[in-house]
Amino acid sequence: MDLSAINPLVLIASLMVAATPILLAAIGELVVEKSGVLNLGVEGMMITGAICGFAIAVESSSPWLGLLAAAGGGALLALVFGVLTQFFLSNQVATGLALTLFGLGLSALLGQGYAGIKPPPSPRLDVPFLADLPVLGRVLFQHDYMVYISILIVACVWAVLKYTRAGLILRAVGESHDAAHALGYKVVRIRLMAIAFGGACAGLGGAYLSLIRVPQWTEGMTAGAGWIALAIVVFASWRPWGVLLGAYLFGGVTVLQLNLQAAGLELPVEYLSMAPYLITILVLVIMSADRGRAALNAPAALGKIFHASS
Amino acid sequence: MTSLLTIEGLTKAYPGVVANDDVTFAIAPGEVHALLGENGAGKSTLVKMIYGLVRPDAGQMTLHRQPFSPSKPSEARARGVAMVFQHFSLFEALSVAENVALGMEDPPPQRQLARRIRDVSEAYGLPLDPDRLVGDLSAGERQRVEIIRCLLQDPKLLIMDEPTSVLTPQEVEVLFKTLRTLAAEGTAILYISHKLDEIRTLCDGATVLRLGRVVGSCNPREKSASELAEMMVGSALKPPARDGAEPGEIVLDVTGLSVKSANPFGTSLKNIHFTVRAGEVLGIGGVAGNGQDELLAALSGEARAVPEAVKFQGRPVGHLGPNERRVLGILSAPEERLGHAAAPDMSLTENALLTGAIREGLTRGGFLRWDAAEDFARRIVKEFDVRTPGVSNVARALSGGNLQKFVIGREVLQRPDVLVVNQPTWGVDASAAAAIRQALLDLAARGTAVICISQDLDELMEISDRFAALNGGRLTARRPAKGLTVEEIGMMMGGAHDMEPPAQTAPEVRHVEA
Repeated sequence: MDLSAINPLVLIASLMVAATPILLAAIGELVVEKSGVLNLGVEGMMITGAICGFAIAVESSSPWLGLLAAAGGGALLALVFGVLTQFFLSNQVATGLALTLFGLGLSALLGQGYAGIKPPPSPRLDVPFLADLPVLGRVLFQHDYMVYISILIVACVWAVLKYTRAGLILRAVGESHDAAHALGYKVVRIRLMAIAFGGACAGLGGAYLSLIRVPQWTEGMTAGAGWIALAIVVFASWRPWGVLLGAYLFGGVTVLQLNLQAAGLELPVEYLSMAPYLITILVLVIMSADRGRAALNAPAALGKIFHASS
Repeated sequence: MTSLLTIEGLTKAYPGVVANDDVTFAIAPGEVHALLGENGAGKSTLVKMIYGLVRPDAGQMTLHRQPFSPSKPSEARARGVAMVFQHFSLFEALSVAENVALGMEDPPPQRQLARRIRDVSEAYGLPLDPDRLVGDLSAGERQRVEIIRCLLQDPKLLIMDEPTSVLTPQEVEVLFKTLRTLAAEGTAILYISHKLDEIRTLCDGATVLRLGRVVGSCNPREKSASELAEMMVGSALKPPARDGAEPGEIVLDVTGLSVKSANPFGTSLKNIHFTVRAGEVLGIGGVAGNGQDELLAALSGEARAVPEAVKFQGRPVGHLGPNERRVLGILSAPEERLGHAAAPDMSLTENALLTGAIREGLTRGGFLRWDAAEDFARRIVKEFDVRTPGVSNVARALSGGNLQKFVIGREVLQRPDVLVVNQPTWGVDASAAAAIRQALLDLAARGTAVICISQDLDELMEISDRFAALNGGRLTARRPAKGLTVEEIGMMMGGAHDMEPPAQTAPEVRHVEA
């Protein structure tokens, strides 16, 4: 085995790419859960976003239109969930699971005829000046646009939740929908907006896979990324920067195990493939070990059905 | 006298029930007006219509001689109507300032708001720290948050829905002082309560509702409490009667009981000592959130402690779970009717099975004996006058008072040696409450040790032989309930743990006279 074949700088650069789809999906789900809704359909929304984005990008030869379509597709699918759970008061867990299955099937149907095609290349952003820095420039500042956009979304979500009235209302709705309703806030409308935002983010995450990271379309290509995103939200105790950390950790271990495989580590491949999931869960469990504090951050009305019965 | 708010012919019907039927009254500026009525009389629906949460089916309101028909709370707030809710509309995980901001139309920036909260809260004698998490506040402090949220909007009409149900007598005093100041400044206050003494000391006028209709209006100062009660209930109530039986042996002995709360906002129990004798009713008072739920859990077996902390007839039982304690004869009925004492979507028969299975022999070899369970449920319904079409009805379908009679009756009929109840008459109308209290007294007269945890002081004074108060997870010394003054009780609830009379140095001997 030849460990010197692994370049730590390349590793860091590629972990940011590997983590971006999960980061996007997880930050969207964080907003949804902060509003008190548990949407387990992240995987379905991701894969739907992946094919919507891919198809539109191929047809229009514009990666930007593709990404827009991915966000739209994800949000649309999420709104199906929203209508079912918010208006028809269906069970959120069951509806979310159904959404995942539906999304996987729908994407396979839409994706017929798109397998094996190459999408238009996505533009890269070499951050001016910073990209020319020695070492750091190559690692941090020579990526595609979406890597930066995803970090920007995390920063925005954090700032909105912490400093704005809109964020306060969102948290309040997730904390106690009855109290929010009594004060006259439109619980259902606020939750639908959060659900749509979560779907759009998940769709973007999926499209990042099919348009930039892989880049091509294969059935079921999200391969459980949506579930990892869900787990990361919980273990990050619903903190935006915790989500970033969790996603990058998972991305890092994924990239590392691929590198170790390539370097010929004497360990069955199955163990290595398992490693990212195990290590991410382990680290996040340790981080959130202080249950009292973690429970404080959890939205108290998470997953509860709201019905205005005044 | 010109009225601030007039209500004419307001009617609201829900499927199967008319909540408000042709309600008419008026409030003048600076008047403290009481809305009196039993649970289910339609008080809450009426104020929800004034606050814009519910649209009336018919009738009209005028505010300042302008037509007033708010379609949402923000419209009502914009017209100067503010409301303090019965069940606090607060968010535990958010700070005081954030909670206040959520109740305002366009709040100033957080820092400025924090300063205004401090100013206003001090001006009205309700000190409050804007940065604290609401989850860490006591019930009285939480209510201050609600009141200050209203005051910051400079209301013309302040609606208060049962504001004193969770306060200590001292806190009630402070509240009344604030309300009188407000009224003197010209704010009208619509005060909802079924506590007659409070209404008689505070209010200038009263409108009495029964079954959705106005059955009378009066000046409460000119009426006696029993006259008001008769207007409210429609007939005279008789207070529970008791036999002065001598208490017997010590049945339950709690020493050094400490239990950590399972709830991050809960109160852990700290070193609790008390004993209860057969045939004695121990009343445990205290403001909500001082360890009542935890004490019930520790006594019922939901929360485990070290074996020696709880002794039943001399036998350590602190480590036993609820079912093992039921076998021995320690039964309990928790506060939350739906979801804790009873499974909301299960039938009364099934609910009777859930706690009665062991002592009533409702199972055989792991199989359910449905007919026996049904008989048991029917017996509860019959003996405790539970109004329900049948025992196959789900618990959720019963009214609060009827379900509470069922829950208490279910335990009483199992002939417990120790019965622990938490808030046995909370949110229950006066006649059901009287029946439940009588049942507890009858049970004690038959030799059961009854521990009644409650926030209703009148209730505790009515049924207890001895009284103790929970404060911050600690229990004060027990004192004979007879002769305790409101001030003494208030001090006990406020945490004056050293307020023991000299007689307590020989505690178990003195008791008999109580």
